Parts: sequence; C-alpha cells; structure tokens
Amino acid sequence: MSILEIIIALPLIAALAVWAGAPARPVSLGATFVNLALVLFATVQYAGKTGLAFTNSRPILENPAMSFAVGADGVSLILALLTTLVMLAAVWQIEDRPDIFHIASLLIGGGALGAFLTTDVFFIYAFHELALIPTFLMIALHGRAEPAQRKAVAWKTTIYLGAGSLVLLAGLAWAVLEFSGGAKLTFDLEALRNQARLTPLPVDKQAQIYFVLLVGFGTLVSLFPFHSWAAPAYATAPTPVAMLHSGVLKKFGLYGLLRIALPLLPQGAQVPWVQNALLLMLLGNILVMGLVTIHAHRLDDTLANSSVMHMGYIFLAFAAGTDIALKGAVLLMFAHGVSIALIFGLCGRMRNQLGTLEYSKLGGLAAHAPAFTVLFAFGVFASIGLPGLTNFAGELMIFAGSFAGFKGTLTHLHWTVILALWGVVMSAVYMLRAYRGIFHGGANTGLFMIDPALSQRVPFILLATTLLVTGCCPWLLLNLMKTAL
Amino acid sequence: MSVFTLEAGLALLGLVLLMIEAFQPDVSRRTLGLTAIAGAALALMLLPFCGTTLPAFMQPWHQLDTLALFYKGFALVTTLLVLWLTLECAPYLTRFTLEGKLAEMFSLPLIVCAGMMWMASARDLVTVFVTLELVTVSFYVLVAFARKSAFSLEAGVKYLILGALSTGVLVFGIAWIYGATGAMSFDGIAKALANPATSKATALFGAALLLCGLGFKVAAAPFHMWVPDVYQGAPTPVTVFLSVGSKAAGFVVLTRALDAFLVPGSIIASEVKALLLVTGSLTVLLGSLPAMFQTSVKRLLAYSSISHAGYLILALACRDSARFDLSSGGIVAFYLATYLPMTVLGFFGLGLMRVNGLGEDLKDFTGLAKRNPLLALLVTISFASLAGLPLTAGFLGKLFVFLGLADHGYWGALSCAVIAAAAGFYYYFKTILAMYTTEGTDVPALSFSVVTKTVAGVLALSILILGVYPKPLQKVLMPAPAAVAIK
Repeated sequence: MSILEIIIALPLIAALAVWAGAPARPVSLGATFVNLALVLFATVQYAGKTGLAFTNSRPILENPAMSFAVGADGVSLILALLTTLVMLAAVWQIEDRPDIFHIASLLIGGGALGAFLTTDVFFIYAFHELALIPTFLMIALHGRAEPAQRKAVAWKTTIYLGAGSLVLLAGLAWAVLEFSGGAKLTFDLEALRNQARLTPLPVDKQAQIYFVLLVGFGTLVSLFPFHSWAAPAYATAPTPVAMLHSGVLKKFGLYGLLRIALPLLPQGAQVPWVQNALLLMLLGNILVMGLVTIHAHRLDDTLANSSVMHMGYIFLAFAAGTDIALKGAVLLMFAHGVSIALIFGLCGRMRNQLGTLEYSKLGGLAAHAPAFTVLFAFGVFASIGLPGLTNFAGELMIFAGSFAGFKGTLTHLHWTVILALWGVVMSAVYMLRAYRGIFHGGANTGLFMIDPALSQRVPFILLATTLLVTGCCPWLLLNLMKTAL
Repeated sequence: MSVFTLEAGLALLGLVLLMIEAFQPDVSRRTLGLTAIAGAALALMLLPFCGTTLPAFMQPWHQLDTLALFYKGFALVTTLLVLWLTLECAPYLTRFTLEGKLAEMFSLPLIVCAGMMWMASARDLVTVFVTLELVTVSFYVLVAFARKSAFSLEAGVKYLILGALSTGVLVFGIAWIYGATGAMSFDGIAKALANPATSKATALFGAALLLCGLGFKVAAAPFHMWVPDVYQGAPTPVTVFLSVGSKAAGFVVLTRALDAFLVPGSIIASEVKALLLVTGSLTVLLGSLPAMFQTSVKRLLAYSSISHAGYLILALACRDSARFDLSSGGIVAFYLATYLPMTVLGFFGLGLMRVNGLGEDLKDFTGLAKRNPLLALLVTISFASLAGLPLTAGFLGKLFVFLGLADHGYWGALSCAVIAAAAGFYYYFKTILAMYTTEGTDVPALSFSVVTKTVAGVLALSILILGVYPKPLQKVLMPAPAAVAIK
C-alpha cells in the first residue's frame, strides 16, 4: 500500500461520509488538512530523489493490461501539493452553504489527485472525468446566475469539455494502439514511455497524434480557439468550484501534455506545422485574450479571462520544449493555481457582501477592509509577475528558456516570445487598473465591505504565504525536478 | 445431475405455479412470488455444481461451454431480479390486471428463463427456433399483462404483430440456409460455408434473413421501431426482462450464428461483416439521437437500450483480435454483464417511483434528490454507467468496443459510436441534473423495503466494482469460449 493511495482515497471517502450525513465542515476540513500533511510528508521524503517514487500497482485486467498503478515524481508531487493547498482553502472558505458544496469540492480535489498521482493512462483519464462531473453539476445547480442562464453556461461547459475529453480519449487510444507493439495492449504509462524510447514512431505519425492530443488536452486548458467556455464558466461557478477548477483541474490538461504527450511523442511537438499551429494558438491566448480582458467591465470577467490568457505562457514553454522552459512551466502551473484560487476566493467573498462586481459601482473598498485589500494585492501582484512571488520565477524561466536557442536569426518561436512579452504589460494594465478602481479612490455608490473574521482569513493567508515562500525560494520546488523533463 | 435438469425443473415449477393459481385461488400472490424466487435462487446456487456432461443423444444439438454457462447464470440472475421487482410493483400492477391477479407474472418468467437457458446451449437452428419461440410467446402474454391499461394492450399488439413477422422472417432464413448448406447445426453450416463450392448468393440471402429476424429480437435498426412503444407500455418488470433478458438471449444466438457465418475462409464473411457494421452504426445513432428529445424517462431508457444493442452489434463485427484476451463474443458477454446491473437498477428506480404514485416523466424526476438522496444516488450511478462515465462498468464495455473498432480500422463505425456516446452523455446527464435541481416541485420521500434497498445497493456496488476491477469477470469469460467446449 502506497501513501499515494491513501492521499487519493481520503477525499473520496470524506465525500461519501458527508453524503451519508457526517458533519460536513469538520469532516471535509479534517480530511483536506490530513491530506495536505500527507502530501507534504511525501514531498519531503522525495526531495533529492529522481524518477518515480511510492509506486504500487494493482492489475485490474491482464490483456489489455490495465492496473491501478500509483507513482509520483517531482511534477506530480508539485501538482498534488497545489491540489491539497487549494482544496484546503476552498473547503475552508465555504460558509453556510448546503453539504453538496463540501461534497463537490472533495470530489473535484480527489479526482484531480487521482489524475496526478496514478501512472496508468486509463485511470489518469478516468479520474479527470470524475472531477469534471461535480463541476458541471455545481455550475448548473448552484451557479451564481438565474437558473436558465446558469444551466446554459453549464451545458456550454459540458459540451466543450465533453467534446475535448472525447478527442483526448481518441488521441490516447490511438497512442496506446500504436505503442503497444502489435501484441498486447497496455495502458501503463511507464511501459508506453519505454516503448517510445526503444522504438519511436515515425515523425509524421508522432506529429498527427501529438496534434490530436494537443486539441484534446488544449480544450481542457482553454487553449485558443477552444477557450470560450472558460470565462462564463468561472464567472458563474460557485466560489469553491471556481477555485478548484481554475486553480487545479485546468492544470490537468497541461500535466497530460507534459507527462503523456511530450515523452511519448518527443519529435511530434517540434514538427514545424505542429509548432507553428501551437504558436498561433498561444498568441491567441496571450494577445487576443489580453485585449479582451482589458475591456472587461466586471471583476469576475477580468479574472476569468486573465486565467485563460495566462495559459498561453505555459503553452509557450511546451512549444519551446527546452528543459528550463518546461521547469518554468511547472513552476508557473503551481503559481497560477495558487494565485488564481486566491483571487477567485476573495472575489467570491466580495460578491457575497456587495452583490455586484461591476467596476462602475465599486471603489474605495480598502478604507474598511485593509486586510482583505492586502490579501487581494498578493493575488494581483502574483498575476502580474512581480518579483518575489512564484509567478515571476515561472514566467522568467519560460521566457529565458524559450529564447535560449537564439543564434542571430529570429525564428517563429523567438518572434512569439517577443510578442508574448507584451502580455505581461497587458496583465499589468488590467490588473492594476482593477485593483486601483476597486480598492482605492472614492466610493462610487456607497457600497463598502468589511474584513472577514480572523478564522476566515486563514485560507487566504495560507495561499498568499505559499506564493511568497515559493516565490522567494523557488528552489524548494525546482529541487523536486532534478532530472530533465 | 446436469444443467438441463435445472432448466426442466424451472419450467416445471412455472407450470405448477400456474396450476396452483388456477385451482387454489386462496394462495396469496406473495407466496407464489416467493416460491418462484426461491426456485430460481436454488437453480442459481446449483448451477456451479452441476456436471457438464451430456448424454450422447444430446450432444449434436446441445453444448455446455463457458459462454453457455455464463448466459445461463445471466438468465437466472435477470429472472430473480425481475421476479423481485414484480413483487415490489404488485400493488400498482394489480390495479390494471383482471381481478387483481398476478400469477402468470410469476410463472411465465420461470418458463422464459428456462427457454433462455436452453437457448444459450443451442447448437443448431431448430433448437434456436424452438427456444426463441418459447421465450417470445411467453413475452406476448407478459407485455399485455396489464390489460386494463391501454398502453399495455397497445404494446402487446405491436409486439405480437412484429414478433410474429420477425419469426416468419427467421424461419424463412433458416430454410434458405438449410437449402444452401444442407445443415441445421452451426458446425455443419460453418463447414459448408468454408467450402467454396457452396452457393454464395443462396447462403448470403439466408444469412441476411436470419440476421433480420434476430435483429427484430435484439432491436437492431432498422427493426427497432417497436421498442419505444413496447418498452413504455409494458409493465416495468416486463420491460426490464425484455431489455436485459430477451436482448441477452438474442445476442447469444447472434454470437453462435456469427461464429458459424464468419468462420475462417467463409465465403460470405466480408458481406456479413459489412452488414453488421452498417446495422450497428445505424442502431447506435437511431437509438441515441432520438433519445435526446424524450420527455419520458422510460422511453428514454428504451431508446438507450437500442443504442446499447448497437454497440453490441459493432462488437460482434470485430472478430477476434490477438490484442485482447476476450473474443468478440467475450466482449459482448462482458458488455451484457455490465449492462445488466445498470439497466435493472435504472428500471428499479422507475418502478419504485411508480409504486409510490409518481410518474415516469422527466418532470417527475425533478428535485428527487432533495428528499430521496439514496434513490437519487442509485439512479445517478446507473445512469452515469449507462452513459459510459469512466470508473463505472459501462465505460469499460464501451472502451473495449471502441478499441476493437479502432484496432480493425473501422473508422466510420467508430465515429458513429463516438457520436452516439456523446449524445448519450447529454440525455443521461439531463436526467441526473433534473434530479438534483433544487427549485420547483417537492417530491415526497418515497418508501421502499429493506430487501429492495439491499438489492439495489448490491447492483450499484457491482457497477462501481466492475468499473475499477473487471478482472474476475474476464476470468469467468476466458479463455475464449471455443477453446473449452466441454463434452
């Protein structure tokens, strides 16, 4: 029995217990707290090691070979850490809501942990789907809009993500069929990776499969032009769901590309037509979505669109494929997850207190809520990429790593990096403008809010501290990834 | 003691119960029902201990291989569940029956079960025909059993007319096959088809007619028209029986017949495969797409059952692949084994709502979860599995079918299957969403007995367990059925 199995099972058991009538808040808080401790323990144990650790495999079928196999390397541990942190914060900030909020949060978090910590393609896929279902249901049932509108948003999300999942399943099945070498089908990721090392596929086939996987995983991460589900979904989703989905679950698509697509199809990503397509799409994320975000009139719109936009940087790292850029991408995945969960959590509080998030109606909120303002500032400055917070380290590594091959002539990749840098400026414009407009200056309509009680500040302080600590000491995370990705 | 004594015993028990009902009217229906259940349960318990030897005279037309034993167990489990659901639904059903009687609802299923068990062992077309008729004729009675309900009568008439027509087509096909191959047994047909001297056009015509006749029984497009009306009109326990038992019986015969038609070197193999692929693709689409617009959940389940039949036909089109331990007949058996708990559980939910005075429409499901969290969870598990959500049994069955299709390069059929699966997600989750909606009408708390709760719980658990640990089931179904034909 591996510690990872406990980590995966704990939230699911807690969700079942809450459903069966156990007191929701103590059970879910206890489970997420224990889970965070377990993941921290595993991370400390792993520090300094390389390769997969804590492995354990329980075969469920012999041919096609499938097994409930767990195992973690640095990347999965970093993402597990992110999941447990955000899950704890998301569960903690739930106040006076029906039990289903706790159940859904636990299921989404548990599903994400399963997806990050298993090493069998079947279970990686299955756990992600498990996490998606409560997301849809919560948007449809408890979304923050009129019933008809939230149902429409939920269906839009479902159709986009469902279609993305099917494309993904097709790509995964294709890869499994191609790599299983004629005899026996295997879904074991390690076996597939070995096969890819020993007998790589022809380059044009690699490119085709990689592209299918890119579209499948990309839709889940709101890669331009498959992004239009994300903004309404995050603006409508209940707070803990928005925190968990944008902070954690969306990283699944990136994780899949990093763990499945890139190692199995290393040359596919570098084939010119695939790379150029990806560069165009990610510029769409950064520049088009950047401009869209600048024109948003509501805070939740700004945040949702900015979250779509920031995915572009991570895709840039995948397009570049250098070691530094990929490590930067993992760092940024962690940083973005923590910071967006922090801001969405605070944003949900604001909406509960004020009833609106329109910029035209807000102003001068800092006067009565100084602590809230400081916490919000952490999220805002992290998003902009202020040195000292984790996002900066990640973005810097991505930009530097992507530009690394510069030898006098500018390739498409280098042009993209130059254009993408303008995204940082755009983030600064919309985030600072939103921050100044909401918290400083005079009150526009007499709306004001007060600081949350001390106990309700804890989850946000937890996330802000994480940003600060890993921002000042990014080696804490980078040390977990000693080998090249 | 051999397995066929069990079958004879079950049929005999059915007749005895019928006589008791006719001549001893003061025996309560509960006693009758429980006796039938006890009989079926006893047979199920004895099944693994029965010898598999057959007397010499039976061997030409009877076989006891892995697949046959599996389907016999399948038929018994289905019958047990149907009988229990009938007992649970009795208070509602008796309102629509003559003088509030139910006896045939307990005796006929036993006879149907005996027929299905016998059919699983069939080795020639005559046995197939006789057992198929035993099952179908009993179903004519069962479907129209709630005779004071116009819907049930309509369903009965439709089923009778189309059933009789399909029987005619089937017999016609059998005659042509006999004419072409000179054999009634599957082995003989296979041998003749592998011989290039056999007349191809005659054999193909016969095979096509046979497949049409069986297509009616398993609800394959374009012979699926009767399903929505009949499933909706028939009493819910009978609908379960039709949708699970009758379908499985049809597929065991199809598996046997196709083993013969697609034998290596068969002169009609490529045509039959093409026929299967086209029929399968049509069936998944014509089942799934109309289901999206249904407002009655029972009708929705009927359409979904058509679409599931389509996946099974597509699985049959993928002949054995070295990459799976399961043969294509094995994949069908696996799919049906996962289909049993999820379908029965879904209909259990419907039946229990009916008994408690609710309807079967989508609007009756609205807000169900608020006061009935357990029932809602069970129905959720069932529907999620029917939709093919990963980590439930339904996903694995579909995954095998999809992998098989991709492995053989049947891309057209694969895309139809994927479109149908995507549509399936829509209509199943529409129902699930309705159950958890908080606004609108308040559904009262429903009451149902402890045994029913346990049975439904076991079904739900088996869906979840098979979804993550299918190994035991694969063990039962492998090695490939042909390899262990027990004499």
